[in-house]
Amino acid sequence: MSVRDTNVGARKASNVQKAPGVKSTKAANKEKDEEKTVEIGGGHIKGLIKPPDQLKLTEAELKEKITRVLNTQNPHAPDNIVRWTFKDRCFKPCVVDHTIHIFELEGNLVYKNSDEGRRLMLKQGLHEEDTGLDIGAESDKERTETSTTPVEDGGEVEEAGEEDRPDSAASKTDKKEPKITNIFNSCDRATQTLHNPPREINCQTEPPPRSSFSASANQWEIYDAYVQELQKQEKNKEKQKAAPSEKDEKSQKKMMLMETQDIDLNKVSKAAKVLERMVNLNIFDEIAQDFAYYEDPADEFKFPKGTLLPLWKVKYDQAKKLSVTALCWNNKYPDLFGVGMGSYNFCKQGSGMLLFYTYKNCSFPEYIYPTSSGVLCLDIHEERTYLVAVGFYDGSVAVYNLKTEGKEPIYKSTAKTGKHTAPVWQVCWQNDDMDSNHNFYSVSSDGRVVSWTLVKNELVFTDIIRLPVIPAETEETEPAQTPLIACGTSMDFHKQIDYLFLVGTQEGKIYKCKTYSSKILETYDAHHMRVDTVKWNHFHPKVFISCSSDWTIKMWDYTINTPVLTFDLKEPIGDIAWSPYSSTVFAAVTTDGNVHVFDLNINKYEALCQQLVVDKKKAKLTHIAFNPIHPIIIVGDDRGNVNSFKLSPNLRKKPKGKEGPEVEAAKMETLLSLLRKPE
Amino acid sequence: MAQVEETLKRIEASKGVIGTILVNAEGIPIRTTLDNSTTVQYAELLCQLSMLARTTVRDIDPQNDLTFLRIRSKKHEIMVALENNYLLIVIQNPCE
Repeated sequence: MSVRDTNVGARKASNVQKAPGVKSTKAANKEKDEEKTVEIGGGHIKGLIKPPDQLKLTEAELKEKITRVLNTQNPHAPDNIVRWTFKDRCFKPCVVDHTIHIFELEGNLVYKNSDEGRRLMLKQGLHEEDTGLDIGAESDKERTETSTTPVEDGGEVEEAGEEDRPDSAASKTDKKEPKITNIFNSCDRATQTLHNPPREINCQTEPPPRSSFSASANQWEIYDAYVQELQKQEKNKEKQKAAPSEKDEKSQKKMMLMETQDIDLNKVSKAAKVLERMVNLNIFDEIAQDFAYYEDPADEFKFPKGTLLPLWKVKYDQAKKLSVTALCWNNKYPDLFGVGMGSYNFCKQGSGMLLFYTYKNCSFPEYIYPTSSGVLCLDIHEERTYLVAVGFYDGSVAVYNLKTEGKEPIYKSTAKTGKHTAPVWQVCWQNDDMDSNHNFYSVSSDGRVVSWTLVKNELVFTDIIRLPVIPAETEETEPAQTPLIACGTSMDFHKQIDYLFLVGTQEGKIYKCKTYSSKILETYDAHHMRVDTVKWNHFHPKVFISCSSDWTIKMWDYTINTPVLTFDLKEPIGDIAWSPYSSTVFAAVTTDGNVHVFDLNINKYEALCQQLVVDKKKAKLTHIAFNPIHPIIIVGDDRGNVNSFKLSPNLRKKPKGKEGPEVEAAKMETLLSLLRKPE
Repeated sequence: MAQVEETLKRIEASKGVIGTILVNAEGIPIRTTLDNSTTVQYAELLCQLSMLARTTVRDIDPQNDLTFLRIRSKKHEIMVALENNYLLIVIQNPCE
């Protein structure tokens, strides 16, 4: 109901034709123009004055009728707007509204007959009724009368209602008083209720004690927790099984006390040990590198001679005055070797020592066992390498267990249990007997070869052989000079044949014997002086070597009574040893400080290496031993020092291509055959 | 006990060893041959480093555990042994 509609109604397509009126209008226009110009010009100027851009048309064109059509379409409105519809997926023309709103006015007129109108009317009607009640009582009465009448007359309600309406309308018209509050009659009364002021009541309690906790949950912490749980459970099970007793409690208490006293150091014992080795390795790093990797390059030029590269030197301060009397390598741990300390001096006999070194830590021995008497020989069991048999100067033998804590031997022979009456020169472990008891043999200057068996807690001995009385070539009138019983000074068991062994004596003879019979199989007249060492060849079953203080080394074939080879070194020889890797290589030490290494395969008469390793004046070399695996030899002297050397490549020659004990044996065999030929 | 004491003394007297520190489970140095400030510094730093190294080893395999840690620097070598939550630290100048 706006002006809009009327406009719409007004705008209709109407053709206004300007037929004859065109000219007139145009003429009128012209006239207007003319008039205008005339008026503008100010004076009366007759004539056409055209503006300069006036379109020039011919008369025919001027007469042309031009029809103009008026329509309701908005010329400015675009007529080809298209919109994309997703529904139809195409562009569709949209309807453009052509209406132009020129004027809009919001009105508040309401149709009487519409709903809104009726509602408004009702409201106004009620309002006027109310005001009527306020103002006059009569009117009230009228109202009530009129109102009651419709109540009474049910059928005439509508009529009454209609009557009411005109009445009310009439009352409206009658009482058109402005509804202004009468300031005299009405007054505002206001009361304000009392607001209780809000108050805060709070109480603060003491905060619960807090502590910050941080932990990490790693895989291993979880694992540790599980392991601890397991252990706890196991402990609980054990506790349930074992009845608790007072003794246990007491011992537990004692344990606690002990623990508090030495918490500190025992816990790091292993770490300390390894650290000491690490420190030593750092100090002696060069030596370790040499040991592992150095090969003397000069060997190529010096062929066939070789050299010994000095490596570690070990000595123990408290054993300074003692000389090395025995050396033995450990088969299982090739870096561990045992050194027996004692004295060869008949007059000055004191205490001795048993030391074990490893070249991982060359500054301090791993195991130290002080002994009351000087150690003369030692042997480490082949399989159970913690068992060490030791022979003493005072004739007793002992067995030490390296695994046990104490410094005492686990077995020791005494006068009652058949110890020797003279120094024990050699001990040798043998295979376990029938009852799988360990046993070893010893030989001593009292002429006995004794077998000792470790039976539970004691050492049981059995005499194997009593070395025979040597018939003096002179008469028996000088018994004081000739010993009644031969003195055994060295012993060696055959490598392959268990029961066969050799004994060397003070008189220079070598006896070949068997363990299970006291009969001597053979006698060899070996040397003029005592036989210091006899050693079977590791590979060839028939060959053995012996050395003596008469400056000679002799190599034997046990089938032949005379030596196969003899070497005269011009110096008293302390010790000899076969090499474990070759059947034709052996080494000897002489008291002048020289180490001689022979390889019979290369040179049958001369040493490949003759090297001075200690100062002649200061020390005499006493023992030598080859390491079972590495190309190392250790040499002991009478000052208590043990020096280790690496063999240069020339000294370690092996036949190319083939390796093995058979080859070695064959090598020796060829050598022997060569030697036998001139015979 | 006495043996371990002797071993430690031998280590301290060895050639090239600058100092030794024994640290207990709580990270407090209980035995040292160096001065206090150096000791505390070494103890603290090496505790942290060894914990980190230990976590590394154990994260890969929880049944494994760190036993030794060896740090070689230009000037010296620091060797740390771990046992029973104790740390045994040796600083050595490798003789070259």
